[in-house]
Amino acid sequence: MSPTNVVKPGTKPVQPASNVKTLQIDGKDFSARPEETILDVARQNKIFIPRLCELEGLSDVGACRLCLVEVKGSNKLLPACVTRVYEGMEVTTNSPRLAAYRRMIIELLFTERNHICSVCVSNGHCDLQWMAQKLGLTHVHFPYRYPKANVDASHERFVIDHNRCILCTRCVRVCDEIEGAHVWDVMGRGIDAKVVTDLNEAWGNSETCTSCGKCVHVCPTGALSEKGHAVAEMEKRRHFLPYLTMMRESQE
Amino acid sequence: MKKRLATVWLDGCSGCHMSFLDLDERLIEVAEKADLVYSPLVDIKEFPGDVDVALVEGAVSSEEDLHKIQMIRRKVKTLVSLGDCSVTANVPGMRNAFGVKAVCDRAYTENVTLNPGTPAQVIPRLLPYARPIHEVVNVDVFIPGCPPSADTIYYALTELLEGRQPELSAKTRFGA
Ligand code: SF4
Ligand code: FES
Repeated sequence: MSPTNVVKPGTKPVQPASNVKTLQIDGKDFSARPEETILDVARQNKIFIPRLCELEGLSDVGACRLCLVEVKGSNKLLPACVTRVYEGMEVTTNSPRLAAYRRMIIELLFTERNHICSVCVSNGHCDLQWMAQKLGLTHVHFPYRYPKANVDASHERFVIDHNRCILCTRCVRVCDEIEGAHVWDVMGRGIDAKVVTDLNEAWGNSETCTSCGKCVHVCPTGALSEKGHAVAEMEKRRHFLPYLTMMRESQE
Repeated sequence: MKKRLATVWLDGCSGCHMSFLDLDERLIEVAEKADLVYSPLVDIKEFPGDVDVALVEGAVSSEEDLHKIQMIRRKVKTLVSLGDCSVTANVPGMRNAFGVKAVCDRAYTENVTLNPGTPAQVIPRLLPYARPIHEVVNVDVFIPGCPPSADTIYYALTELLEGRQPELSAKTRFGA
């Protein structure tokens, strides 16, 4: 056993035992540090909670609401990715009610923009498409909106297709928090919200973009892609993210 | 008693029908359980009554599609949306954001040298939007996929012909 006073790079110092919270998830006992979220604990213990906006290594924003869980004593559903654990917490990650809401969220995402999986660069490698199947979706109960959304292909290497964007803001966060460039942001409100580069200028004209491609690879759908890919050819590579986060934390 | 099976082709590319033909020798097995009473693959002009299962490919895009699917719904026990065009409007729905006029102008005027102009006869008029079938009539079973694989169609069809409800979300998905 390694001595406890040595802290390995990338790991947080071990908290004193009095700070450990015990909680129940789906009837099983778990312990966690107080700064951990329900989703952290679930992930460590291989309990599946669906999620789209959350990505390990980025800050949590609670944008997609797919990770909603039931917590005993609360009549509201709580997003697991931004809800801290507390002593004696009792969490239910799956119920007919949760399943129905989660399917509804995915269905609404499909109606909000034009997700045409069959002709999408990310077909077969898309988090939204995968999640829809995982949650048992075979069709969408709501009327589709068919908005007119544009495609910006002005960047020499990358494309943004707003038809496929689910506004998870992963691109915004990775660019700000990891690359430190903050090219991306969200403009407009409600149904008119969209991600923009710089102050809603063409991506190709961006003076802040470093062309690192991190946004492309964290994007869960075909909204952001590299040029030169045909249907189903765009596979995302995300292994850089935990690595960069680990290196950064070890320097702090 | 043999079941009565129909297949219908609305606004789709016929890829779902091709996938159906990919059942290959399993078609013989299907033919033992059901008679194909209407289909673009057989030479019957009128949609008959008392159909047990109808596989419908394609979105509802034109006035003719709308008329057909409403008539078919009345004559069919189990209506199946076969493929992404019927389930989501898929590629036919890509025109929806642009409007019928822009689409027809592009197809019949801008890119045409001989007799430009949108035809007023023979070609059925387009509806404002290409829509999934279930936005127009009730649908009993959904088989997403572009196209759904022959294995998926075989599974769904044999379940339905046996009077069971197929469980499709594990077998296929949008864009499959
Ligand atoms: S472009 Fe992609 S990463 Fe950015 S908000 Fe849209 S879906 Fe999320
Ligand atoms: S993963 Fe929690 S709200 Fe998106």
